[in-house]
Amino acid sequence: MKKNPFKILILGITSVCFIFALSACSIQSKPTSDNSEKVVNLFTWANYVPDSVVNEFEKQTGIKVNYSNFSTNEEMLAKLQASRGSEYDVVICSDYIIEVMGKQKNILMQPIDKAKIPNYKNVDPQFLNQVYDKGNKYSMPYTLGSQMIVYNSEKVNFPIRGYKDLWNPALKNSLVLVDDPRIVLGMTLKKLGYSMNETDSKKLDQAKQDLLKLKPNVKVLDADTPHNSLINGDTTVGFMYGSQASAAVKANPKFKIVYPEEGMNAEEDNFIIPIKAPHKENAEKFINFMLDGKISNEATTANEYVNTNKAAKKYMSKEYLNNRAVFIPDSELKRAERFRDVGSATKTYDLIWSEFKQR
Amino acid sequence: MKTKFFRQISNIYIGMIFIYLYLPIFIVVVYSFNKSMAGTEWMGFTMDWYRKLFKDLNVIIAFKNSLTIAIVSTVISSIIGTIGAVGLYKYNFKGKNLVEGLLDITIVIPEVIMGIALLMYFSQMRFPLGIGTLVLSHTTFSIPFVFIVVKSRLAGFDSSIEDAAMDLGASRFKVFTSIILPLILPGILSGAMIAFVLSFDDVIINFFVSGPESTTLPIKIFSMLRFGLSPEINALCTLMLLITFGILIMVQFIKTMGTKKV
Repeated sequence: MKKNPFKILILGITSVCFIFALSACSIQSKPTSDNSEKVVNLFTWANYVPDSVVNEFEKQTGIKVNYSNFSTNEEMLAKLQASRGSEYDVVICSDYIIEVMGKQKNILMQPIDKAKIPNYKNVDPQFLNQVYDKGNKYSMPYTLGSQMIVYNSEKVNFPIRGYKDLWNPALKNSLVLVDDPRIVLGMTLKKLGYSMNETDSKKLDQAKQDLLKLKPNVKVLDADTPHNSLINGDTTVGFMYGSQASAAVKANPKFKIVYPEEGMNAEEDNFIIPIKAPHKENAEKFINFMLDGKISNEATTANEYVNTNKAAKKYMSKEYLNNRAVFIPDSELKRAERFRDVGSATKTYDLIWSEFKQR
Repeated sequence: MKTKFFRQISNIYIGMIFIYLYLPIFIVVVYSFNKSMAGTEWMGFTMDWYRKLFKDLNVIIAFKNSLTIAIVSTVISSIIGTIGAVGLYKYNFKGKNLVEGLLDITIVIPEVIMGIALLMYFSQMRFPLGIGTLVLSHTTFSIPFVFIVVKSRLAGFDSSIEDAAMDLGASRFKVFTSIILPLILPGILSGAMIAFVLSFDDVIINFFVSGPESTTLPIKIFSMLRFGLSPEINALCTLMLLITFGILIMVQFIKTMGTKKV
C-alpha cells in the first residue's frame, strides 16, 4: 500500500490524456481559410499529379498544395455534395461525372473564367466542347484515357485488327478484359456496329447474346492489374487501359498494341472548380500552371495518360512518342467515341454484366 | 502411440491455420522488395520502393495524419470507455441494461451507415471537415470496444478488496487509483490497442469525414489503386503492418510487466 508503482504511471497517463484531448480541441477549431491564404486544396487520385509538378508549382508561386485523394468519381461527388461544394479548390475527375453534375439541380461546379487561365489556348481544340460540358463552361481537360487491345506476338498466330478478332475460337480461354461493364459491353456494341452508348433494348439484347459467346475465350477479368495475367503468361490477348497496356509492353516487347479498327473509346479527365472553392484565385493559378506545355508533358510522362495539350508536343521525349499505348494518333482519337450517361439503361447494362459474369 | 499421432495431427492443423492466416501477409511484405514493377514474378531484391515512399511528401503527410488521429482518438476513447465501464460496474440504476445494450449496438452498426450519419451530422452543424472531425468520429466508434473489454475485466473483480480498503480508511478516489485502476489496466490497454488499430486502418469512415488536409494512409493506398497494384503499395502496406505489430508487441510487453509487479 505504501508505494504503488502504477499510481504514478496512471497519474502520468491521465494527465497526458487531458493534454491530448485539449490539443484535439484546438485542432478542430482551426478556422476555415480565406482567399488570401497561400493554399490550394487539390482533390484527385493519388499520384495522378506527380510530386515533381506539385513541387514546381509550390516553388514558383509559393502556394502550398494540399493533395487529398478519392478512389472513385462517385466518392468524390458524395464528398462535394456533403460539403456543398466548399472545402476543395480544384478537383480532377472523369468526364461522365461532370455530365452528371451538370444535370443536377444545384450545380456544384462554378464556371471557369477563361481570361484568368491564359494557358487554356494550349489545349488541343479536338478535346474541347465535348458533350459532357458544351463550351467547356465548367471544365478543362487534363488528360485522356482509352482502352486498346494488347497481344502476345509470340503466341497469337493470326492477325488481330479489331474487337471481332477477340471472338476467334482460337483464343479459347486466353483472354483478359478490364472488369468494367461499360467498357466490355461498349466494345461488344461497337463490334456489332452500334454506339457504345446504346439504350435500345433490342440492340442491347443482341449485344448480350454476342457477349455470352465471348465467354469461353475469357479467362481473367481484372479491373486494376489486367496486364499482370499477360505478363505471367496466363493469357495471350487483353483489352485494357493504355497505362496498363504500356506496363505490359514495358515488361516485354513481345506484346503488341492494336487500336481496334471498329473505333476506340476516349475518356477525358478534367479540372473543375467547386462552387464554393475557398481559394478560387489559387485554383485558377494551379489550372493555368498545369496547362503549361512543359508541365503538361511532365505529368503525362509520369502517369502515362494521353496528353491533350498542343504546347506539350515539342517537349515530348522519343520514348513517349514511340509508346503506342500513350501516344495515340489524332486520326484514331478523332473518331473515338465517348461514354455518355445512359440513364435508365444503366440497369440493363448491369443485368447483362452480372449474367455474363455468372456464366 | 495414439497420443503422439494426435499431437502430430493437431500440430499440422495449427500449422495450416497459421499458413492460411499469414501467408498472404507474408507475400505482400516479400513483394515490397521486388524489383519488377508489374509484381507478378520475382526479379530481384530492391529497397527502391521504400526510398520512393520516403521521398513522397504526400505519404509522409498521410502517415502523420493517420498516427495523430489514431493516438488522440485512442487516448480519448480509452478514458471515456474506462470511466463508463467502471461507472456501470459500480452503480445500479434504472435502465442500466438499456445503456449497455445501446453501447453494444454501435459496434454492430455497419460502418457505411456510421460514416454517412457522421458526415451528415458534421455538415449540418457546418463543422469544417478535417483532423478534428476524424478524431471525433474515431473516438465515437472506439469507445464501445474499450468499454466492453474493460467491463469483462471488471466482471472477474473481487469487490471484497475494495470493501477492505474502504474499511481501512481509503477514500473512493484512493480506492480507484490504487486498487481498481491497476487491476483493470491490462483490460484498458487491450481496449486501447483495439481502438488504435481500428482507427489506424479505417477506410470507410475516414473517407466520409476527412477534409482537404487530412488524407490518411489507408485512403491514399486505395486511391493509388487507380494506377494498378505496384510494389510501392506493398511497401506502404508493410509499413502499416510494422506499426500495427509494433503497437501489439508494445502493449503485450507493458501488460506482462504490469502483471509481474502486481
